[in-house]
Amino acid sequence: MIDAIPAPFIVVSVGLAAVMAFIGANALVLVYLERKIAGFIQRRPGPYEVGPQGILQPVADGLKLVGKQLFTPKGADGVLYWLAPMISIAPTLVCFLVIPFGPRLQIINSNVGLILILAFTGVNVLALCIAGWSSQNKYALLGAARDISQSVAYEIPLLLSVLPIVFITGSLNLFDIASSQGPWPWQWYGAYQPVAFVIFFICALAETNRNPFDLPEAESELTAGFHTEYSGMGFGMFFLAEYAYMVVASCLTAILFLGGFQGPVASGWWWFLAKVYLLLLLIIWIRWTYPRVRFDQLLNICWKWLIPLAVLNLLGTLLVIAL
Amino acid sequence: MMVKKFRDTLTGLWSLLVGLKVTAVNFVRPEVTVHYPRQTVPSLEGYRGHIELVPSQDDPFKSKCIVCMTCVRMCPTSCISVAGSKPKKKTAGKDQAADADSGDTPKAQKAKPELESFVVDFTYCSLCGLCVQNCPTGALRFSTDVYLAGFSRQDFVFDLLGRLQSQAEHKEQ
Ligand code: SF4
Ligand code: SF4
Repeated sequence: MIDAIPAPFIVVSVGLAAVMAFIGANALVLVYLERKIAGFIQRRPGPYEVGPQGILQPVADGLKLVGKQLFTPKGADGVLYWLAPMISIAPTLVCFLVIPFGPRLQIINSNVGLILILAFTGVNVLALCIAGWSSQNKYALLGAARDISQSVAYEIPLLLSVLPIVFITGSLNLFDIASSQGPWPWQWYGAYQPVAFVIFFICALAETNRNPFDLPEAESELTAGFHTEYSGMGFGMFFLAEYAYMVVASCLTAILFLGGFQGPVASGWWWFLAKVYLLLLLIIWIRWTYPRVRFDQLLNICWKWLIPLAVLNLLGTLLVIAL
Repeated sequence: MMVKKFRDTLTGLWSLLVGLKVTAVNFVRPEVTVHYPRQTVPSLEGYRGHIELVPSQDDPFKSKCIVCMTCVRMCPTSCISVAGSKPKKKTAGKDQAADADSGDTPKAQKAKPELESFVVDFTYCSLCGLCVQNCPTGALRFSTDVYLAGFSRQDFVFDLLGRLQSQAEHKEQ
């Protein structure tokens, strides 16, 4: 009976289940961390009432979201409206499949892992676009429009800052990229490619719609942007997806520039998780530090600074490799 | 031109780091909020609660109010109602005063009016402070009563004279 099921199928199904659990657990931890850090930065306690030190607050929030009525606004396109959150969350599952968490902890070792992640995270734009379009709400539509122009702009420097790494390693396999770096920080690509590292990180912030680039959901002018009309699990899925993309972005940064699972003394998944969580903390820290940029500033940063810098950096790298 | 632009950019980038430092420093500093039901604010100095009557120096059961009605006229939302024996005019005849208030004649001659009720409807009060500022005898002040919760609007119509007296009683015990 078992023999009838091909082995890769089992691996992928178990992997998907594990990934879902990972995404869920991460979201709970990150929500808690985010709110606590926000609280401490603003010199207040943050969540405090549910459980000791408010540790159960994310669970309570999650249960509240699950328990809410699913509601389609009047005039909205029902099919697209409910499809959008699913399209938003689904690609993240695939992204985690190819990420090498440790030397032997990777669900699928794909030769095009990098491309796969970059391609699948791009699908999120479509989800937000559909969400904004189908909501029959002008704020949602504006949010979607902003998201598209933002994502399109920042995809370019993002790819340009990944290319040097690809040229150095000559591989699109994330496992190879991670293992070709040494255990010590000066052997990581972040040390060889600081410019690419910074550009990649900024673009990752923009692509995941994190502050200071969270214009698609700028609550001061667009209510909640593309997910204005969503409540309950519709909103919950967008929320989950946002945090999942944050984790994907941090994983990718860790693999490309910070040596992945390689670390001093004992390499392993613990180093990888530590790096990912440090990056996530940095992202959260940034969110509670900077004000949101204006839309023209956002595009100026991209077109006037990041793209030229990324091109120059790429050319310089190519020159060095050619010599 | 070009140099200036680059210098501006560099100072801008530096300011980003400064910003991160500011939030990091605040992150480790102790929190300033009070966990309300478990802790309360130590000092309510300067807190503007609803208005209350100031007791007179010699008798804590009496207020300093001379029933001049300034506060009633001042209040932009007309939420104060004061009742009391009006101050006797000096031109008023002696017998007339005696008719009205035979027992209190000596007091009335001293033109000391008696406050009989002072009611404020706090639901209309905007805490503007005009009554407190303009009271000629300083008979009004803001209370420091933070714990104002009630089940009906009537709970916020305060009988300030009664409140003053019950507070004085409380103190005596
Ligand atoms: S504070 Fe202002 S609104 Fe309130 S009772 Fe006095 S005068 Fe009226
Ligand atoms: S202004 Fe002062 S003295 Fe005059 S009625 Fe009001 S509280 Fe009494």
